[in-house]
Formats: sequence, C-alpha cells, structure tokens
Amino acid sequence: MDRTTSKPIADDLIRPLFQTSIWFYAIVLATGTVVACGAAAWGYQIWNGIGVSGKRWPTFWALYLTNFVFWIGISHAGTLISAILRLVNAGWRRPVTRCAEVITVFALSIGAMFPIIHLGRPWLAFWMFPYPSDREIWPNFRSPLAWDFFAINTYLTGSLLFLLLPMIPDFALVRDRSTGLRRRIYGALALGWRGTTKEWNRLESAMQIMAIAILPVAVSVHTIVSFDFSMANVPMWHSTIFGPYFVAGAIFSGIAALILAMAALRKTLGLEKYLLPLHFDNLGKLLLLMAILWGYFVFNERLTVWYGNEPHEMAVFWATQRGAYAPLYWTMVVCNFVVPLAILSNPYTRTITGTAIASFGVVIGMWLERFLIVVPSLTHKQLPYSWGTYQATPVELTIMAATFAGMILLYTLFAKFVPIISIWELKAGLPSRLDPAALAEAALLATRLDTEEFSPDSSSTQGEHR
Amino acid sequence: MAYKWGMAVDLDKCTGCEACVAACHAENNIPTVGAQQAARGRAMHWIRVERYYEGDFPDVRVKFRPVLCQQCDNAPCEAVCPTYAAHKNEDGLNAQVYNRCIGTRYCANACTYNVRFFNFFNPEWPKPLHLQLNPDVSIREVGVMEKCTFCVQRIKAAKIAARAEERGMVDGALQPACAQACPTSALIFGDLNDPNSRVARLSRSTRGSKLLEDLGAEPKITYLDKQPWHEADTYQARG
Repeated sequence: MDRTTSKPIADDLIRPLFQTSIWFYAIVLATGTVVACGAAAWGYQIWNGIGVSGKRWPTFWALYLTNFVFWIGISHAGTLISAILRLVNAGWRRPVTRCAEVITVFALSIGAMFPIIHLGRPWLAFWMFPYPSDREIWPNFRSPLAWDFFAINTYLTGSLLFLLLPMIPDFALVRDRSTGLRRRIYGALALGWRGTTKEWNRLESAMQIMAIAILPVAVSVHTIVSFDFSMANVPMWHSTIFGPYFVAGAIFSGIAALILAMAALRKTLGLEKYLLPLHFDNLGKLLLLMAILWGYFVFNERLTVWYGNEPHEMAVFWATQRGAYAPLYWTMVVCNFVVPLAILSNPYTRTITGTAIASFGVVIGMWLERFLIVVPSLTHKQLPYSWGTYQATPVELTIMAATFAGMILLYTLFAKFVPIISIWELKAGLPSRLDPAALAEAALLATRLDTEEFSPDSSSTQGEHR
Repeated sequence: MAYKWGMAVDLDKCTGCEACVAACHAENNIPTVGAQQAARGRAMHWIRVERYYEGDFPDVRVKFRPVLCQQCDNAPCEAVCPTYAAHKNEDGLNAQVYNRCIGTRYCANACTYNVRFFNFFNPEWPKPLHLQLNPDVSIREVGVMEKCTFCVQRIKAAKIAARAEERGMVDGALQPACAQACPTSALIFGDLNDPNSRVARLSRSTRGSKLLEDLGAEPKITYLDKQPWHEADTYQARG
C-alpha cells in the first residue's frame, strides 16, 4: 500500500462527514416530512382498522404485500452482489460494495415492516416469535409466513454483520481524524481497532466466511417470500417457477436500485473520481443479463400456463394479458425488458445516464411485476362468482410513498455519518509496487478506461502531485 | 373423531330466498357493514347464495348455489395460518379461534371457496339490531378473520345435553341456523360418521357432487343436483 496515494482518498471520502451542504438539510426535511405523513397514515389505519386501505373480499392482499415483496427484492442489491463480487475477487467492486450493502439493510428493514403494517392486529405481531408463553402455543411452522419470519430475520442479521464488519477500520479512521464527542462516538463504533496485522487477518477471514454464508441465505430468503404465494392453491400462484423467478427478479431490481443510488451519490457527494463509468458499465452488463433472465422466466411462466389452458389459470392469464390489468402488464414488459435491452445492449448508450434511465425503468417494472403477481390472482380465484376488484386508497399510497422517502432519508443519513465508499478496501485495491498481480489488474483496468478519469488516485506515481 | 359434521345442499330445492343468509347473520352476530362498505366488497355473509343464469332472454333459467365454509378435511386454510387460529377441532370442523388471529388474511387467500371474511372495522349493528345479539357467540373485533362454524355453539350445547341425558345425538334434532331457516329444507345437516343419518345417505346420492372436488380439499358439503354442474359453464353463466 502506498501512503502517498491513500491520503487524498481518505480526505475525499471523509469530507461529507465533516462538511454539510444545504442540500443535506433540504433532503432530510423533505423526505422526513413524507415519512411523518406515512407514520400518521399508519397510525390512522391502526386506530380505524385495515378497512381504510383498499383491501376487500376477495382481494385480501394487495399494495402492502406488493411493497413487501418489492423491498425484499431491492434488498438483494447489496449483500448478494457484493458477496459474489468479493468471492470472485472482482477488483472493480471496491467502491461499490458498501453502497450496495447499505441498500440491503435499509430495504430489508423497510420490507420487513410491511407484513406488520398489513396485519389486521399489528399489536400482536410478536406472536410470530417462538417463545414459551401463557398461551401455550408455538407459531405454526407449517405456515410459509412463519418461514418468512425466520428467513428475513436471518438475512437481516447476516447482512447487518456483513455491512458492519468492513466498516470497523473506516470508523477507526474517522475516529483518528476527529475530536471531541465525534471522536468518542466513532471510537466506540470502531471497537478499539488498532490496525494490527492480526486484526486485518481476522477481518479478512470474517469477511470471507460472511460472503460465503450470506449467499445461500440471500437466495433462500426470496425463495421463501415466493413460497408465500406458490404454496397456496391460487391460480397462477401455485407454480414451481416462483422460487428462481423471484430470486432473479430480486437481483434484477436490486442491481437497478444500486445503479440509481450510485448515480445519485456520484452527483451529490462529488464522487466522480471513485464511481467511474467502468462501474456503471459493468453493472449495466449485469443488469442486461438479469433483464434477459427475467424475460426468460416470464416467457416460461406465461407459455406453460397458456399451453396448459387450465380454465382457472386462464382467467388470470387473460386478465393480465389483455384484460383490466393489461396496461400495467405491458408497461412492465416495456420497463423490464424492452427499455433495458435497447439501452444496455449498446455500448454507446451504456453510459452513466443510460444505465440510470434503464435502472429507473426496471425499478418501476419490477414494482409492477410484484403487483401483477399479488392482485390479479386474488381477484380471479377459482369460483367466478366471487371474482373481485381492488383499488388503492390514499392511506395505502401515503404509506407506500413514505417507505420510498424513508429509503432516501436513511441513505442520506448513512452517507452523512459513515464513509459511503469503503476507504480501506479502496486503498487495499491500489496497485502496490510489491504486488505484480495488482499492477496487472490496474494495467488491465487502465486500458479500458479513459485515462484522465482513472489516473488521479489510482496511479501510484501521480497521487503525490495532486 | 366421534362426529363428522357435514351438510347436503339440495340445489333442486333451493329457491334462492336467502333466508339462510339472514338467519346466519342473526345467529352468529355477524356485523351488517352497511351499504357503502358492502359496495366496496366488505359484506360478510358466512353463507351466500350464488346466482347463475343459463340461456338467453326470454328463455332464461336461474340456478342458485348456496356457498358456505365447506369444512374441508384437507383444508388449505389451516396449514397457512402462522398462529393456529385456523385449525381442525375434535369434530373435524375447521375451527377459527378469534383470539389467536393476528389478521394475516393468508387463510382467506388459500381458501379456494372464498368463504372467509375479515373484520375490516370494529363490528357495528344499526339500531335496534344491536339488542338482539346472541349471547352464545363471541363478538369479533377489528382485524380478525371469521367464517361459518356450522353453528358450533349449537353443536356444543347439543352434545352437553346428550351427555347429561346419557344418550347419543339424535339425527335431525341438531341444526345450524341456515338449515333451520330454509323453507324448502334444501340444507340438510348431520353426522357423516353415522351411515344411516339423512346427510350421510344424501351424500352418497348419485345426484351428489362436491364443489371444486378435483382440488383435493375434501369438502364435507355435498351439492345435490339433477343436472351435474360443469365448472366451465359458470364462467359463461356468471351473472
């Protein structure tokens, strides 16, 4: 590691912690207001009952469950992608991992709120915990909702550790550069980190273990979320494809959310030197791959239903294909497949703006996908007499808007108090004169980049003169 | 199981008068949600009379089908409840323990018959209906699911009376409110474990079929009809 080059990196990346722009307050105020409205709406719903939402017989699950699946899907941005990139030791991952892991923790926390918001009696949600109680009854372990509870809690715990572990050296760095109360707080967070070789080795092996352990958890959590639907004998829910389909969709929307977050961070925090076109290009390719995979799954799901021609399923099929839900369905196809393919398959449009536009489309499309899974099946169950409708109410929409605002708020606050790019990992990725492999990697990167954008901090010879 | 309560619904006798619906509301303290909420799909009828129209005007034939909880032996609603609010009781009934329900509404999605209902708000009755609540049946608060119980309070009372008098149950003496109110005796209730009970004999009838039988939920309600129901017809005949 070259000390002369690592100092400007640390300066650049810690600056947001010490300098606060007016925009920070503006964003916190704006999103905080929306979150407060959402909290008020939830309070109103608890006081009056779920009836203030648009749910009705037989559409007992709707917008809240859509958002639940959507946010759990977004949470696959981080931990999964970052774990894969760590395991394959992709050098370009270094500035990306933390942005991604934070999305996981926040999106998962938001997503996990929805089943509680959606409960008829949310004040009894703790009955999902298996604890010996005077009710003398355990949760029903046959219920997919009980599986959900454990899967999400495991994933939340795992991804929290996965986020916190590599933050320790950065907390220590902030501690060493600050004074007063801030020094004490970051000192406590740094858990007495001194940067000895032993500590580094332990951190590295802990990260390796976590990266391997979190992969099956991430895959299983969205599979289990899909089980909420596929275990029930409801037309077009009861499908074996749902597990992989949900996981693929989750990674798809997760990458899109990550690209959007990175594009926003790049602009607002001035990280142009760290979040390079290369990162957006690579993530764009990954997004393209997932778009194709998503299209493949949808094609499979739709074709088998159509060819099977089972009347109960065909009712849902036609409702989405050319009935009342068709506008949403075809918007989804355009957002999730047509737009990403058009933008991302062309290297000239796979720019930062291009990938951000495609990602925005994917986030909308994947939300619609979740909605189209939850609602049309419930409104078209087996007995045609009891077919129904659904219309969202302002209370539901306010709570939904609050979660999107809440995500921005949490992300903004996080970027304010913690270096959003892992400083030590970035430094560790710098080419060392002693390490031919790292030099070769840097040389390879340099050939694929605009040299101007790449050189200032990544080249060990120029860093001193900046 | 000492008893296996079941029902036969004679569609050839049903006139679609909906006396069963009114009787059920009165017996089981089912809230009347009001016109506005009913229009939004929040009406709670533990038993409903489905209407299907066959043929073109003026040559139209109307078919009625009362649908209530089918008390499935292999009930899809029970497995999915995370708190055991929906479970099988000792008489083979799909019991719903209101106090255990946290309102996930998963049971209602899993139920292929759509016969589970949710208390979207706290229950209300327009005056003077609030004075006629049945003391044997608990009032359900906001946020819990409810459904047909086969008037479990009457079953309990009849079993206690039979034990006190040291005799078995008498076929036909025990009736849920819907069967009691039916002017044409289209609803026949009884013990399927007793091969000589009326309901057991009717359930073996060649006129008999079960609703969505091929889905494997093993419902305990048999529908009797001279003309067999073709499920596909209901798609065209939906009123």
